[in-house]
Amino acid sequence: MASKVTSAVMRQGLRVLGVAIRTEKAVFALAVLASAVYGGMTVASSWALGWATQHVLLPSFAQGRVASGALWTGVFLIIGTALLKAFGVAGRRILAGVMQYRMQARSRRDVTRQYLRLPLSWHHRHPTGQLLSNASADAEAAWAPLAPLPMAVGVVVMLVTAAIAMIFTDLVLAVVGFLIFPAIAVLNLVYQRRLSPLATRAQQLRAEVSEIAHESFDGALVVKTLGREDLETERFLRRAHELRDANIAVGRVRGLFDPMLEALPTIGVLAVLAVGALRLSGGSIVVGDLIQVAYLFTLLAFPIRALGWVLAELPRSVVGWERVQAVLEATGSMEYGSVDHGAATASSAPAALEVRGVSYRYGEAEVLHDVTFDVPAGRTVALVGPTGSGKSTLVQLLVRLVDPDAGQVLLDGVDLRELAYGGVAQSVALVPQQTFLFDDTVRGNIALGQESADEDVWDALRLAQADGFVARLSDGLGARVGERGATLSGGQRQRLALARAIVRRPRVLVLDDATSSVDPQVEARILYGLRDAAETSTVVVVAYRLATIALADEVVYLDHGRVVDRGTHEELLARCQGYRNLVTAYEREEAERAAIDVLAEDEEVLAGEEEGVSA
Amino acid sequence: MTAQSIQRDSGRSALDTIRHGLSLTPEFRKGLAGTLALAVVATVGKIIVPIAVQQTIDTGLKDGVPDLSYITSAVLVCAAAVVLTAIAGYVMNVRLYKATESSLATLRVRGFRHVHDLSVLTQNTERRGALVSRVTNDIDQISTFMQWGGLMVIVAFGQLFVATVLMFVYSWQLTLLVWACFIPLMIALPRFQRLLSRAYTVVRERTGDMLAAISESVVGAAVIRAYASERRTAERIGTAVNANRSAQVRAQTIVGFVFPLTEIVAAVAIAGIVLLGVRLGLSGEITQGELVAFLFLVTLFVSPLQTATEVLNEAQNAVAGWRRILGVLDTPPDVADPGEKGVELPRGPISVAFEDVHFSYPGGPPVLREVTLVIPPRSRVAVVGETGSGKTTFAKLLTRLMDPGSGRVTIDGHDLRHVRFSSLRERIVMVPQDGFLFDGTLEENVRYGKPSAAREEIELALTELGLADWLEGLPAGLDTPVGQRGESLSAGERQLVALARAYLADPDLLLLDEATSAVDPATEVRLARALEGVTRGRTAISIAHRLSTAENADEVLVFDAGRLVQRGPHADLVNEQGVYADLHASWISAAHS
Ligand SMILES: Nc1ncnc2c1ncn2[C@@H]1O[C@H](COP(=O)(O)OP(=O)(O)O)[C@@H](O)[C@H]1O
Ligand SMILES: Nc1ncnc2c1ncn2[C@@H]1O[C@H](COP(=O)(O)OP(=O)(O)O)[C@@H](O)[C@H]1O
Ligand SMILES: [Mg+2]
Ligand SMILES: [Mg+2]
Repeated sequence: MASKVTSAVMRQGLRVLGVAIRTEKAVFALAVLASAVYGGMTVASSWALGWATQHVLLPSFAQGRVASGALWTGVFLIIGTALLKAFGVAGRRILAGVMQYRMQARSRRDVTRQYLRLPLSWHHRHPTGQLLSNASADAEAAWAPLAPLPMAVGVVVMLVTAAIAMIFTDLVLAVVGFLIFPAIAVLNLVYQRRLSPLATRAQQLRAEVSEIAHESFDGALVVKTLGREDLETERFLRRAHELRDANIAVGRVRGLFDPMLEALPTIGVLAVLAVGALRLSGGSIVVGDLIQVAYLFTLLAFPIRALGWVLAELPRSVVGWERVQAVLEATGSMEYGSVDHGAATASSAPAALEVRGVSYRYGEAEVLHDVTFDVPAGRTVALVGPTGSGKSTLVQLLVRLVDPDAGQVLLDGVDLRELAYGGVAQSVALVPQQTFLFDDTVRGNIALGQESADEDVWDALRLAQADGFVARLSDGLGARVGERGATLSGGQRQRLALARAIVRRPRVLVLDDATSSVDPQVEARILYGLRDAAETSTVVVVAYRLATIALADEVVYLDHGRVVDRGTHEELLARCQGYRNLVTAYEREEAERAAIDVLAEDEEVLAGEEEGVSA
Repeated sequence: MTAQSIQRDSGRSALDTIRHGLSLTPEFRKGLAGTLALAVVATVGKIIVPIAVQQTIDTGLKDGVPDLSYITSAVLVCAAAVVLTAIAGYVMNVRLYKATESSLATLRVRGFRHVHDLSVLTQNTERRGALVSRVTNDIDQISTFMQWGGLMVIVAFGQLFVATVLMFVYSWQLTLLVWACFIPLMIALPRFQRLLSRAYTVVRERTGDMLAAISESVVGAAVIRAYASERRTAERIGTAVNANRSAQVRAQTIVGFVFPLTEIVAAVAIAGIVLLGVRLGLSGEITQGELVAFLFLVTLFVSPLQTATEVLNEAQNAVAGWRRILGVLDTPPDVADPGEKGVELPRGPISVAFEDVHFSYPGGPPVLREVTLVIPPRSRVAVVGETGSGKTTFAKLLTRLMDPGSGRVTIDGHDLRHVRFSSLRERIVMVPQDGFLFDGTLEENVRYGKPSAAREEIELALTELGLADWLEGLPAGLDTPVGQRGESLSAGERQLVALARAYLADPDLLLLDEATSAVDPATEVRLARALEGVTRGRTAISIAHRLSTAENADEVLVFDAGRLVQRGPHADLVNEQGVYADLHASWISAAHS
């Protein structure tokens, strides 16, 4: 069973190699040519040495004088074959590298292009760490066997040439070779088969160790505030020790097979000497032949392992390739229509949004059910609902970060799916609930590749009430904000994200609780500023605060993924109990508290009286 | 305050790095002598072939008539030696692997722990990925070298040494000739290695750039889509990927040219041996067997030198890896745990005092100035102020995530710096602004607040916080997976879990830093009330932009541009002229507009 699986893996691996060979035909052909030169010359160099022994060394000892013609021929042969061989080695190595790195780069570009193409819902389903390793480690692993591949092909050439050379030299010695070399090859095969599952496991554990470290350092604040350093260290230690044991297991196999693989050719040479002595005494060969074959064994011992390297990399390669392929073959990429919305209306007038019977699910769980409402052009609509009711999900649909499972979202009557690429972004800007800043400058984070004049950026910052603190940063617009904006306070990050949307002068502005970390004073200033500027845009705002809601022309109240009611704030307050409970929670709380305080005072008075009585 | 950054590397010399590194890993030193002895035995295996060849030709084939019995016995003796050295090789390998892996595992865990012991500020001086590298890639690099390169170095030196000794026995003239051929190469190798190392440095930098570019496309997926910057991102990634590829090809080209040089030098040496050897043979200074053996001995020079550039490079990487991990270990935690010497606080209500506290982030302007205040035990304190006024900084100083630049923070009269961490973290818990969750289930995340808590206890905690209904609404209840960083939950839900986690920890002082900013008002009020009930008799500090929080507090602390500008009960402050009255006015107008 196990061997069946392995041979399937081998077949699959060879197919992967086939893909690379077809893609990089020319480079591969040249690399193999270079490697064949290398293989042929390796055998030729042993032959040159045998020739020199037979025609230069032995005669000069026997005859007591040096035949200078033969001497210089020998020298020429030895150096000539070495030069050609060196040339082959260099060509093989460089071209193999070119092929391998080109394929890697190709995979990486394809994979990331696919990441950019696939919808956000796909991203939701795949952990970040996995996607990163698909584009880095897996793309690397997929093409790793390409490095030793040309060498392996060269070794095959070498073996064939060696076999022919040996047969021509002496059949009996050739038989020794035919026993030893297959033995080395088989031993190597067994080696790689034993090794590769262990190596794969070690690789896997290395990734897991890295994941734990990453997450643990990411959550450093939580770890520290709860004093859980010991717990984290324990968690890391367990995996680190598993990795250690896996590495030692790899080491045991290596430690066992490496010396055997070293010893086998040596045993081969010894066998050649013993057998060769017999043949010599029978007069079937000359000493030069013996030396040639012995030398050949010495030279072949190492390269023959290249076959094993390719085989060793295959399982890892197959896994890497399959993971890359899974990304490339992922369907559900966002289809874009051809309607050029911006150009069609040729204006920056506010646009109308309509949500019609929309449902959306994360995996099995449907979180939006048949949601319908509309936002007339130039109006402001507040989305209100309890935590987890689906507001952020809905907002993602409005800017087409994800597509609904049922229903439609329409911009000026056009289904978002029919808009050309970039059409939605051109008209609609979202400020997400979770601020994301790139490790870039303030300017870079706001412009996001769009050409924006500095004045426009400052205008946007002013509207977002961020001009003050940005001006105080040491490099102003050029200041870097750190990983995920680490050097800014939460409210400052939010305001940069707001400016990013404003600078685009969107026709629809969607704010998802975008001022939650901003204090009410600043928030009020932002909202007033926006209201003045909002004449040019339609606004959808997710909010809890009354001040924000008060700016809206209409309120859509959402609960458990359904639109429960919609109307003006006053209307909902009057007729929708859930809404009333939600938005007036603070006032009711105050009222109740006042009542409780009165009660408590009464109790105290009562208690005092009782005490007084008992005293 | 000049918060230190993690040392890029330990700044030690290579030798000192190795010495210090070894002193940290006793597992490696134990039995090292034995391993080295075995290595010597193993390398002797390399010269068996030349000896056998020489013996066969000189003794076995004397006078052209093979002495079969001699050759057979010589071959058998050699074969036995081969088996012996192979066994020595096996034992040596296993010992080496065990020793390096055990010691590196220890080092890895130590490094990991040390990173956690560093202050958040120190941690933030380095990109997360780079920090992770210190306990992963950097260590793996040492491991690779120890197992592959380290062995290679031992074998290479051994091989060169035994080959040279044997050569000398056969002929000193030819030995000198061989060395004369190889010495220029040996001198040139470090140069090549520097070339290669520079090339690899470029590769590493380009790889870093590439990974950063790729990761943007994943972590910033939503923003990229919302702003249709896919093309720009794809271009940036394409450029980075291609730059990385070119750098790799360049490095490979250098290897490709350097690697076969040894073959050429070896051929020159062999040609020289033939040329000089026959003349020495004529004058009877060398036998023909010895001369042929030389041809084999030269091959022993090839593989050590062929791999030398790469081994040197690995060695350099390994030393750099050592330096980086030692760089972490050599960075003293600036916010250090006094440990055993520290004060253990008895359980019970906590009082806090700030005495003329100043703070600025490294290289930045002052963020907190002259903050002096007392928070009596059992009091309920609200902290208000504009964004960026220093509230979070205040919270971080109070929980000793950072130490003040000057002045002191005390709890129950003890300087925070003298309080044992185990005691401090148990008694004071902060819920930070963004609720970070670990990739796991909701239950696991809440349990993080109290690892010994049973499932019932967790359910009870959520119920006490008034979250039972919410929990019921989730598809898998307590078993709901929260995703990486908790991203499969809504932002508000994430905060609920973070709060429940802190609540379960049952501290004597609970500090909430805008911990419910994304939660709806009804839930927030329920939470506040529940917390009020259970924190009665404890100290509670909330940073919030809510009027109700301030109104219900015993005392309000008002921060403005890093100063504590007002303090007192809400009722007093509203009637004072000042920042608070303005804030209050904006709340009121917000609530009633
Ligand atoms: N990436 C996700 N994967 C699975 N479930 C999710 C994901 N994001 C949100 N949810 C679930 O969908 C529901 C609605 O979430 P959300 O739209 O963020 O709520 P709101 O913004 O109203 O607080 C919640 O119950 C939440 O747990
Ligand atoms: N890690 C940091 N590095 C540098 N400056 C910081 C860092 N964190 C906060 N700051 C700065 O310190 C000031 C106060 O921030 P913070 O205490 O987070 O404010 P608040 O919590 O009141 O909104 C801000 O101007 C902010 O830019
Ligand atoms: Mg939300
Ligand atoms: Mg803050």
